[in-house]
Amino acid sequence: MNEFEKGLLRHFSIEKLSAIQKTRIGIAGCGGLGSNIANAMARSGFRDFEIIDHDVICASNLNRQNFYLDEIGSSKAEITAKRLKQVNPDISVMVHKQKLDKNNIDRYFKDRDIIFEAFDNADAKKLLLETFGNSGRLLIMGSGMAGIGNKTSIEINKVNDKLYIVGDMKTDVGKENPPLAPRVIACAALMASVALENTVTGK
Amino acid sequence: MKIILNGKEKDIPGPISINDLFSLLKFDPSKAVVEHNRKILKQDEWDRTVLKKNDKVEVISFVGGG
Repeated sequence: MNEFEKGLLRHFSIEKLSAIQKTRIGIAGCGGLGSNIANAMARSGFRDFEIIDHDVICASNLNRQNFYLDEIGSSKAEITAKRLKQVNPDISVMVHKQKLDKNNIDRYFKDRDIIFEAFDNADAKKLLLETFGNSGRLLIMGSGMAGIGNKTSIEINKVNDKLYIVGDMKTDVGKENPPLAPRVIACAALMASVALENTVTGK
Repeated sequence: MKIILNGKEKDIPGPISINDLFSLLKFDPSKAVVEHNRKILKQDEWDRTVLKKNDKVEVISFVGGG
């Protein structure tokens, strides 16, 4: 057990930590949601990840994504893997630099217990849910987290025991409502919170 | 004919398909996923899924961002 994991024992019993460490996590997308979900999950002790993103980091991502200036041009998936290992060097991570579509999506996440949907477009969200919605795995999705205002809350919506959608369910990204750190990170954190609660309490 | 749509009772004109339901209610199918009696349907199943009395339908509509 490395120093980081020993530190976790201050917050978790060995049984809870063991349950966390056995749980296999998939993250579809390593942008605003995905990079921040990865951070929260790594720091919560999860250590078996499969992550996927075809994109590279650009300057306009840095307002909300867990990357830095000197990483512009690098692969989001690869740098997210690097971030994971910076938190816990004993994390294992499968990295796919790939754009998911209906022809390839069922090649991925085959053995994952929990799958996070962290895409930026609604079509891809639909594809993921239609593909994995009956797979018996816990799906945690994001919908509606753009803009500055807090009139609409980022909330956890339980659709059924295996499907949660986090967000305000209505605020689409656009010129009036750009994606910004506070609400995007709040959404990612709540998504990770669903996973942690489910893993540790079985609910 | 009564179904449960997004948790509320809804009257529909007889046993229609999910596609017909979307047309009737003017829902946008492109960003929506349907759960029918606790099963997530793929969009290509909507046409041949005919609703029966008391069926439970959840229409989940996504917005972009993430």
